[in-house]
Amino acid sequence: MKRLLVANRGEIAVRIIRAARDLGISTVAVHSTADADARHVRLADAAVEIGPPPAGKSYLLVDAIVAAARETGADAVHPGYGFLSERAAFAAAVADAGLAFVGPDADVIDRMGDKVRARQVAAAAGVPTVPGTEDGVDDVDAALAAAADIGYPVMLKAAAGGGGRGIRVVADEAELRTAFPAASREAASAFGDGRMYLERFVRRARHVEVQVLGDGTDAVHLFERECSLQRRRQKVLEEALSPGVDERVREEMTAAAVRLAREVGYRSAGTCEFLVDDDTHEFFFIEMNTRIQVEHPTTELVTGIDLVADQLRIAAGDPLPHRQSDIAARGWAMEFRINAEDPARDFLPSPGKVGRVELPDGPWVRVDTWLEPDVTIPPFYDSLLAKVVVWGEDRESAIRRSHRALAEFAVEGVPTTAGLHAEILGEEWFAAGDFHTGTLEKWLSDREEPA
Amino acid sequence: MSRIEVVSPIPGVFYRRPDPDSAPFVVEGQTIGADDTVCLVEVMKSFHPVQAGAAGTLVEFLVENEDVVEAGQPVAVIEAG
Repeated sequence: MKRLLVANRGEIAVRIIRAARDLGISTVAVHSTADADARHVRLADAAVEIGPPPAGKSYLLVDAIVAAARETGADAVHPGYGFLSERAAFAAAVADAGLAFVGPDADVIDRMGDKVRARQVAAAAGVPTVPGTEDGVDDVDAALAAAADIGYPVMLKAAAGGGGRGIRVVADEAELRTAFPAASREAASAFGDGRMYLERFVRRARHVEVQVLGDGTDAVHLFERECSLQRRRQKVLEEALSPGVDERVREEMTAAAVRLAREVGYRSAGTCEFLVDDDTHEFFFIEMNTRIQVEHPTTELVTGIDLVADQLRIAAGDPLPHRQSDIAARGWAMEFRINAEDPARDFLPSPGKVGRVELPDGPWVRVDTWLEPDVTIPPFYDSLLAKVVVWGEDRESAIRRSHRALAEFAVEGVPTTAGLHAEILGEEWFAAGDFHTGTLEKWLSDREEPA
Repeated sequence: MSRIEVVSPIPGVFYRRPDPDSAPFVVEGQTIGADDTVCLVEVMKSFHPVQAGAAGTLVEFLVENEDVVEAGQPVAVIEAG
């Protein structure tokens, strides 16, 4: 690999260009007209304008990006996250052009991106998925038998339904006996189909992901990340490791992720997403993200491994750069996503002209950003301005240091979510690691209510 | 009769339809209520409906579908009746 085209923008394009430079690989940026002066464009060795501002006319154009790679003599393409990163057709187009795609093969992206097929891979690898019925159930006796296998509490949902309508949760057999006929009747009158799916209901679910690296044959894990703190299914802050995962679960879950990666012959960096039941400590595979993720720096800080550099090495044909026994997690890391959104106005996106910018730094603080003084934040792309990533020798010291780092963050001109993070850091439930996927939204709505 | 401008409160990309396969929210000459949605503005991957703000007849759009608009830019004109 001599020359890498980075098919992305913003902080991740900057991050990838830096990894390439560390390895002596020259870089090509692509950009829309809105990003002509952007940091990733200035940092790259060459740049190609690929279209007008809307992503559909620039960063999502497969042909324009492949053509830019050819014109500039690139021999590899890194898709970053978002945009084309999980489009199998893009991976295939890059490979067809004779270039190395920095990510898994198109057929692996396809297979792991499809929930049903990913569940089949999990079954073949002996990895648990959320227990439930494959088909609709139409009478009480069949439902009772299925629920006995699934384990209570059980969620009932109409086989023909959608959008959460008619979902009921039953705690035990007695409740199921009364609820099933009623739910089934309701479904029959609403959808003309009384069959119901049954699925395990998890009251307190954590969203935990295991980072893996594979070379197509073998795979290793780099421990897990805690991603439960979300708003509208968007992650807000992440940690490595998870405060809700004990050593036994960690060992089993990371082993499961490695089995999955080996089962599909996974090549590159990837993430296996699990739902962890906070009450029973059971874990279930949900899906695989076949790209580098926004929160990858937390894993880098606890393992000392550069995931993007490893992606490039693997795409260049190198075998796995690490043995599992060489990978250890030391200390704790947290990432705070600083978005151009106004928490006081229901997180209204706030693009616009920025004045002064002060970024935190100092010991064990890393900021991945594209932000600079006097830039204009365009309205066309996501609202992520910067990732403040902090390491500490344990979770408590990471929290203390994060207070310091966030207090140093200042951007003039646009509202950001930096202050919200500082508030979360001060919450007792956060300090105790006592949260699940519903916690943040509940906290935000309670906070809105006048005392 | 007074002419009232419908203004986009945010910068972004202007859309006249809820999605590419649907009919426009409003066509020129149509009578609308103050709370009716006139367009969507996409900002940072989220879509924000813009309401008419006054009842009357939508006489004119000042921008084309998928045009980039600024915060505070007039996008349509209503004749309040």
